[in-house]
Amino acid sequence: MIKFLQATKRYPGGHDALLNVNFEMQQGEMAFLTGHSGAGKSTLLKLIALIERTSRGQVIINGENTSKVKSRRIPYFRRNIGIIFQDHQLLFDRTVYDNVALPLIIAGQPPREIARRTRAALDKVGLLNREKSYPITLSGGEQQRVGIARAVVNKPSLLLADEPTGNLDPELSWEIMQVFEQFRQVGVTVMVASHDLDMIQKMGHRILALKAGQLIGDTAQPGQG
Amino acid sequence: MAMKPDQLFEDVVSRDKPGLSTSIRTYFLRHAQVFFYSLGQLWRTPFSMFMTAAVIGIALALPTGMHVLLSNAQQLSGGWDGAAKVSLYLKQKTTEQQAQKLANKIRKREEVAEVEYISSKKGLEEFKQRTGYDTALKALDDNPIPATLVVTPSLSFNDAEQIEALAEQLGKYKQVDLVQLDSEWVQRLFAIMDIVSQGVVILGIMLSIGVLLVVGNTIRLAIQNRRDEIVIVKLIGGTDAFIRRPFLYTGFWYGFFGGLIALILVFLSLFLMSGPVENLAGLYQSQFDLHKMDFRTIITILALSIGLGLGGSWIAVGRHLREIEPR
Repeated sequence: MIKFLQATKRYPGGHDALLNVNFEMQQGEMAFLTGHSGAGKSTLLKLIALIERTSRGQVIINGENTSKVKSRRIPYFRRNIGIIFQDHQLLFDRTVYDNVALPLIIAGQPPREIARRTRAALDKVGLLNREKSYPITLSGGEQQRVGIARAVVNKPSLLLADEPTGNLDPELSWEIMQVFEQFRQVGVTVMVASHDLDMIQKMGHRILALKAGQLIGDTAQPGQG
Repeated sequence: MAMKPDQLFEDVVSRDKPGLSTSIRTYFLRHAQVFFYSLGQLWRTPFSMFMTAAVIGIALALPTGMHVLLSNAQQLSGGWDGAAKVSLYLKQKTTEQQAQKLANKIRKREEVAEVEYISSKKGLEEFKQRTGYDTALKALDDNPIPATLVVTPSLSFNDAEQIEALAEQLGKYKQVDLVQLDSEWVQRLFAIMDIVSQGVVILGIMLSIGVLLVVGNTIRLAIQNRRDEIVIVKLIGGTDAFIRRPFLYTGFWYGFFGGLIALILVFLSLFLMSGPVENLAGLYQSQFDLHKMDFRTIITILALSIGLGLGGSWIAVGRHLREIEPR
């Protein structure tokens, strides 16, 4: 599902945000990406979502080499990836329902399908009763769940989360992680960047550790690599 | 958080695609929605919307109004174009007999359709009637008005060059004192109107460019205001076309309302001018009515205005959307 081959990202000025990173993730696998800020977690996620491109090496997503994806095709490429942000990135002038429906509208789904899937996604994160609210009236945890519903509404096969629990208390964080765990169980590949080591340990999934742009640890579980 | 059985992900791998006819229907439905959504967005800030539309309206009303007035003037003078006549003022000594003889001679020419003889006595009567210099003329010993032959060229000899050639030949008769082409001032008027109409075209082009820039700048600000939204939409797979669409429709609406304001302004101006014009026409014993804009002009102005709105937003969107990328 995800394959990094000697992937390197050098920013203008010569700083290597990622250096010769190699790893592979299977469909339906879940992994945590750890490391201090500046270790390259965000850059790695950006390479997967084609927000950045590799300077050297290759990143292969779902059998597709990202360096071969033309700019014009990037939107279609991204529709197969659900992205969850630390700061939620919600549209504050639209209701919860409209926020979650946006990926389906973009993908050109028929209205009945949009209504059905949006409600299903909101139901899944337990926010069906808040569909008419505006994001500003929700708590931080609820906003994050809206972000998750939006990321999964288009049934992506890959879910990326950048510090999804960064601003949440441990209990809420744990709930969010359980949501991810559920998605993994139905075959979604999930990658979560986080530095909450306690919680990562408790989850018991694969951990990829980054330091200064290099992969220094990979607890790949047997039978999955 | 209550978790439901996985209705949402039962077909995670095989993502269902809508059929073609559904896709097309959805596509048009989406366009219609964005079309009215962008209108709704504008209505939320009616004042700033009105300001922009008014700038467009005033800029377009100016050349439109001038065009309408000009076409009125052309219509008015068009009536005189065909009726070019040549007046031959005869020398004072010419007797009525000689004048009639000359008139007959000229009538035989193939270029001439009609010759009217106006004796000096009759000419004086007409002059008195028209001007009211009755008493002043009584003070004169002699009749100062010469006998006149008014020559109407035949229809096949009606263009300006032929009439000028005819006038030159008629001037060679020895009884003729002075030849005057009635069409000369009409031609001068036409030449002036040509210049004015060129001016209107140039003014129209310049103001159109102005409208393009006004819309472009307004859309540029709108894009900057929605920067965050654009980034989010790009991150969740929105194509450039999807992002461009609401801005293009916003440009459409600016153009539409601007055109509407322009038409209203021109209608109002024509309405205010029609009274005085009627008065003036009355002084000339003319039944001239100020023509309003015809249907074709109205449609053209609206289409042009909408085109400028779309064009302006297209330029702005093309330049600025590329600069906004997720980081």
